[in-house]
Amino acid sequence: MNIQEVSYAVEDDGYGHLAEMRVDPIGLFERVRAECGEIGRFRLADKDVVLVSGAEANEQFFRAPESTLDQAAAYPFMTPIFGKGVVFDASPEERQQMMKNQALRGDMMRGHAATIEAEINRMVADWGDEGEIDLLDWFAELTIYTTSACLIGKPFREELDSSFAHYYHELERGTDALAYVDPYMDIESFRLRDAAREKLVELVQGIIDKRVARGKVPREERDLLDVLISIDMTADYITGIFISMMFAGHHTSSGTASWALIELMRNPEVMKDVVAELDDLYADGSEVSFQALRSIPRLEAALKETLRLHPPLIILMRVVAEEIELAGHLIQPGTVVAASPRVSNRIAEDFPEPESFDPSRYLDERQEDLQNRWTWIPFGAGKHRCVGNAFAMMQMKAIFSVILRDYEFEMTQPSESYRDDTSKMVIQLQQPCRVKYRRRTS
Amino acid sequence: MPSEVPQADVVRVVADLGLCQGHQMCTGEAPDVFAFDDDTDQVVVTQEHPDESLRPQVESAVKYCPAMALAIQEEQ
Repeated sequence: MNIQEVSYAVEDDGYGHLAEMRVDPIGLFERVRAECGEIGRFRLADKDVVLVSGAEANEQFFRAPESTLDQAAAYPFMTPIFGKGVVFDASPEERQQMMKNQALRGDMMRGHAATIEAEINRMVADWGDEGEIDLLDWFAELTIYTTSACLIGKPFREELDSSFAHYYHELERGTDALAYVDPYMDIESFRLRDAAREKLVELVQGIIDKRVARGKVPREERDLLDVLISIDMTADYITGIFISMMFAGHHTSSGTASWALIELMRNPEVMKDVVAELDDLYADGSEVSFQALRSIPRLEAALKETLRLHPPLIILMRVVAEEIELAGHLIQPGTVVAASPRVSNRIAEDFPEPESFDPSRYLDERQEDLQNRWTWIPFGAGKHRCVGNAFAMMQMKAIFSVILRDYEFEMTQPSESYRDDTSKMVIQLQQPCRVKYRRRTS
Repeated sequence: MPSEVPQADVVRVVADLGLCQGHQMCTGEAPDVFAFDDDTDQVVVTQEHPDESLRPQVESAVKYCPAMALAIQEEQ
């Protein structure tokens, strides 16, 4: 392959750039673009990864026909989390079918907005007038409740407490890039991952036992769990399905909510504007579940800018099944091809002053997201663009509507100390990441 | 471009069917311009050159399309 390979910043330990991937993946992806241009290459164990960036190459990547690219094979670290046999991702056709029939359908959103509002209110119920929270713990727990209630069902959610969130987090921590060598390698994070999955299966088994003992309930009181029990699925398999259903919406939403709050605290002028917008919007006593589905321009712009700077997924990968062309190069089957939201979202030609947090990018004349459909890619792009993005934006609007209406927030540690832990494929905030809240008086 | 051409005629609404995921947000935002084809599960643009009065609706549909599949093209 005559695609240029990127240099080494961390010594090759026999697995190519894997060592760097485990300590500074962002530095690696940035260097690919800096050294190799819109198409470059690095090595992950026995796989070549071809990383593209820029509008033209990204468009080719995202528009490549379904038959030529395989998503599941590109993410070996997910298999032990979901469990063997659990479908990794639906085809675009299946996704469209899901959209028509299931939880992400547009007309289900109103109910979800009300559910999310209720979950946030439960989480702040014991806050009192002031206190401190850890952003990662708090938002990770909240989003376990919101995703389980909206995607699986309220009766199931009612069976969960913070222990489910704790074990779920251990799963997310079990995404070391060493999975590219062997997803079952004997390392601590994989052992914790497997133990956590067993605990989750136990929790789900307990809920199933209760349901079976309780017997049949009227149709309107059933949720997805009842349906899966009725077709005799095992607790292990059901747990795998639930883990996979929640996975795409969990750490992504949790991280985005945390980063949005951090960026708002770092940018007091933006915070002031957003709070004023919300105060105005809710002055007439209107419901969060109503407004979260409607336009809240300043808050939306702040959220989009948060997503641009801190995309929850920093790399999107596929395995080439049939030869494709990318940026003038023919790519052979078996090669991993990738695009990086983290790199593309900060291309200076598309996003002037790319490092600065500037929500005015999304105001009407500029609309830098719509103008750069192939490089503004926090949700990916093309047929596999995140189907949950409308749900996610609604959830963010509901969260900030509630917490900024009632509370003020303040950093309790130096601004630059809030940062991501990028040592795993699933990126999460580095702890500590504490903030102080105080009930608003005015 | 002749200046007497009304603006409504130089604006064209386009949907990229390679991107549409069938969310049907646009049919809510601008029902006079977008429809949904139940057979293909995709959007249908029912008016490529909608009246200027519909422009805010169409802009909203473009902005909130979860698949970023819609655009307003200014034709020269």
